[in-house]
Amino acid sequence: MKYRVLKSLTMIVAFSALATAQDLASFQKRITVKKLDNGLTVIICERPEAPVFSFDTHVDVGSVQDPMGQTGMAHMFEHMAFKGTDKIGTTDYAAEKTALAKVEQAYAAYIEERDKSVGRNDQKLKELQKAWQDAIAEAQKYVKPNEFPQILESNGAEGLNANTSLDETAYHYSLPQNRLELWAYLESTRFIHPVMREFYKERNVVIEERRMRTDSNPIGRLLEQFVTAAYQAHPYHRPTIGWMADLNSFSATDAQHFFDQYYIPSNMVVAVVGEVKAAEAMPVIEKYFGQIPSHERPDERTTTEPPQNSERRVVLYDRAQPLYLEGYHRPDYRSPDDAVYDAIADLMSNGRTSRLYRALVRDKKIAADSAGFTGLPGIKYPHLFAFYAFPLPGHKPEEMAEAIHSEIERLKNEDISDEELKMIRTRAKANLLRGLSSNEGLASELALYQARYDDWRELFHQVDNLDKVSKADIRRIANQTFVPTNRTVGIIENVAPARAAGQNGGGQ
Amino acid sequence: MSSLAMKKRMRRLPFILLISGLVTIAGLPSTPAAAQTSEWQQINVPPLPPFHPQEPKRLVLPNGMVIFLQEDHELPLIDGVARIRGGSRSEPAARAGLVDIYGEVWRTGGTKTQTGDQLDDYLEIRAAKVETSGNADSTSISWSCLKGDFDDVFKIFAELLHDPEFREDKLDLTQKEYFDAISRRNDDVDSIAGREATKLAYGAHNPYARVPEYRTVAAVTRQDLIDWHHTYVHPNNIILGIVGDFDAGAMEAKLRQAFGAWPKGPAAKEEKVDFQPAKPGYYQVEKEDVNQSSINMVGLGIRRDNPDYYAVRVFNEAFGSGFSSRLMQSIRTAKGLAYHVGGGIGSAFDHPGVLRLSMGTKSATTVESILALDEQIDDLAKHPISEAEIKRAKDSILNGFVFNLDSPEKILRERMAYEFYGYPADYLDKFRAGVEKVTLADVTRAASKYLHKDQLAVLVVGHSSEFDKPLSSLGLVTNIDITIPPPPGPPEAPAKPAQ
Repeated sequence: MKYRVLKSLTMIVAFSALATAQDLASFQKRITVKKLDNGLTVIICERPEAPVFSFDTHVDVGSVQDPMGQTGMAHMFEHMAFKGTDKIGTTDYAAEKTALAKVEQAYAAYIEERDKSVGRNDQKLKELQKAWQDAIAEAQKYVKPNEFPQILESNGAEGLNANTSLDETAYHYSLPQNRLELWAYLESTRFIHPVMREFYKERNVVIEERRMRTDSNPIGRLLEQFVTAAYQAHPYHRPTIGWMADLNSFSATDAQHFFDQYYIPSNMVVAVVGEVKAAEAMPVIEKYFGQIPSHERPDERTTTEPPQNSERRVVLYDRAQPLYLEGYHRPDYRSPDDAVYDAIADLMSNGRTSRLYRALVRDKKIAADSAGFTGLPGIKYPHLFAFYAFPLPGHKPEEMAEAIHSEIERLKNEDISDEELKMIRTRAKANLLRGLSSNEGLASELALYQARYDDWRELFHQVDNLDKVSKADIRRIANQTFVPTNRTVGIIENVAPARAAGQNGGGQ
Repeated sequence: MSSLAMKKRMRRLPFILLISGLVTIAGLPSTPAAAQTSEWQQINVPPLPPFHPQEPKRLVLPNGMVIFLQEDHELPLIDGVARIRGGSRSEPAARAGLVDIYGEVWRTGGTKTQTGDQLDDYLEIRAAKVETSGNADSTSISWSCLKGDFDDVFKIFAELLHDPEFREDKLDLTQKEYFDAISRRNDDVDSIAGREATKLAYGAHNPYARVPEYRTVAAVTRQDLIDWHHTYVHPNNIILGIVGDFDAGAMEAKLRQAFGAWPKGPAAKEEKVDFQPAKPGYYQVEKEDVNQSSINMVGLGIRRDNPDYYAVRVFNEAFGSGFSSRLMQSIRTAKGLAYHVGGGIGSAFDHPGVLRLSMGTKSATTVESILALDEQIDDLAKHPISEAEIKRAKDSILNGFVFNLDSPEKILRERMAYEFYGYPADYLDKFRAGVEKVTLADVTRAASKYLHKDQLAVLVVGHSSEFDKPLSSLGLVTNIDITIPPPPGPPEAPAKPAQ
């Protein structure tokens, strides 16, 4: 509460007529990029504002790579990357390794019996389950729980976390500047020799995460159904968190296999930003990260989502209040029209001058909020441009659809104004540069752009691309994309509960 | 947390399907370290070079306005915020929501000379912002702009400060949005749990806990907003902080010019707030459309100026915060019962914080999890936080201390908070010294003084028919009815769900 006053300050940091060429030049001087012999890319950005640094390890592997029947695996491995190594988190790795192998044997036997559709023996299943649990207890004897994150916390790590999406996995935190070498050791070693210890307990943690984010959350429930409906062929139809049945099935062996296949140095970019000197830090980083073993890239071919030729609808009849969502397929982020979609998103959604706010919230007074955005559920592959609106009490999702569609028609049929175009361009610079004022934000952006374009400078070129977007481009893309047969609709319809929620009433 | 603030958060939908990985974990007495030093311990950690971050310049105008100027020339930006004494804890209960609405309409309602919509156009073309907000103990108005636009943007800031218009159409719009937020407040488990737990900790009518309703929001008039502004917005109630690419001397001259002639007004009156925690026991909110229970154990926390604060912070770190904490170690890592688990003895600058332990667990392990939390509290008596745990907790706080100071804006923010609550300017140094001195005895004493299982209210929001055992197997259960009271009168009936 006490920080809310100034929080708005950081949230609304904005830029306008910055000469981006000049920024690029200033960054170019402070940034060093090196591709190590094993294929891993390191970016160091010197930003000596305070004696701290942040990093981002970007791994170009996400839930799109989850094997069939193992949805949620990329995210599960991300959790396992905090469990330590052969040297951290164990009292006796040799003995632990043997014990963990026994856990896997016991689990395989248990799963084989559990998944028999014919001839399952319940008594045997019970015994196998017990044998598996006993093996887990045996392996547990060698575990020093959470030693890896403990070391980091004791050293003052800030923002220790990671995230997984369909496109990628990123690991990040910040440390005081004098811990650079300790960091380089810890961050590299977890990708050289991770150990799948306490796997099945961590799997339960992830299952709780699924219950929290998806099952017990109305918007989570709708989004899962919506994205699944929008993608019939491409792996974008998978939930990153994983389907419950898969979470209850995959093994530590599967996780190790996933790691072995995809966590290769050529899939990794490590960006470090803060009070670091590239000349001193690069050799240290190379010494540790250079040890991550390399091998051939796995086959990452996926299918291409076929063109959608009919509208799809998902309706969630729910206790929650209504919501309207619709999405249209668009090409991936390398499309020459990528910036046009960004321009449309900004025009429709950014601030109180945005078209959807003015139309649905301010003038028609039918919605509490409405916006359009791109990048659902990822950007690497062809994805969706989506619109949503929260109906005000008394208004229906259908009214949202109608109002959004009439704004889309405007886009298709009328040029946007000069002021709007100017606003988009000015704000593009603002949005682009917003993340650059903090070590964490900068590390994450640099790593992402390096991974996506093989050149961090593309981060700055995005503004130039937006400057080139014309009024005609916006009409062309709107006409091409926002058509009914290319549309997937997701709706929460409010249904009253069967009976009143509380009985005796009055807490205190 | 007001429901308007809640609504604003809710609007940021989790549409980008990022799943954050780990949030926190905790420390069982770990096995004695192996005799040999591990690889990581052999890595040299040189001492951190001395760091003397730049303090903002403080000045007080003759009319009592306190100003902090913090130069930061990294980017060509100037940002500022004025924090004004008086917030929702001082609004009449029958108009709960007034300050939230004020915090919105102050900006959207425009000035005497320009409507809010005109301000939107004027600012957006410059990618600049001027925003207002209402909070529990204060309201604020802030701006962010490119250095070159400062004079234009500051003029609007000053006009809003002196001559806001609170136009009726924007009041109406804000009330509609507020009604919407009220209608949605039972959709999300965590917002139910957070809200109801705070009511249990502070008392349902406590101004930090009370919840705006249709009737209290509907009761707010334009005159209320005007009256609020006239009552509180006086220079002697304002702390103004500015950070960015400017020269402090020139800025001071500008500010004296802009605000020097503004006469003093009556000081904001101090609020006397009652805290009446609910009686210990079990409280249940039924929510049938979830498969995970949200568990909150709450009681009254402490103020930050309590001499026990340093020991409490160390205790919290060891018991309920981060991967190394006992709650994380036992309930998440060892038992796999939760994704989110944590908490501690909460604190606030000028009133008791909320003591809160919370977690989410599948319906079928609800009672098991409550017992697991109980066991962790009980275990503190048998196995008090150890020297090793205290060392780890202190290391974590002290080694991470530099992150309190790693940007000029953060330093400004801290200084403004100390000024607002009457804490010493060097409070952060005192905090560090205080934590360094904390002993095992201090932590043991603090834990036994503030954390008592039998004094906590235990709230469960969940689907009770799927619990492992009825909550009543633990003790007397009070059901909390969260049905939203319908709006008064027939005209617009905003509570009616859209069908």
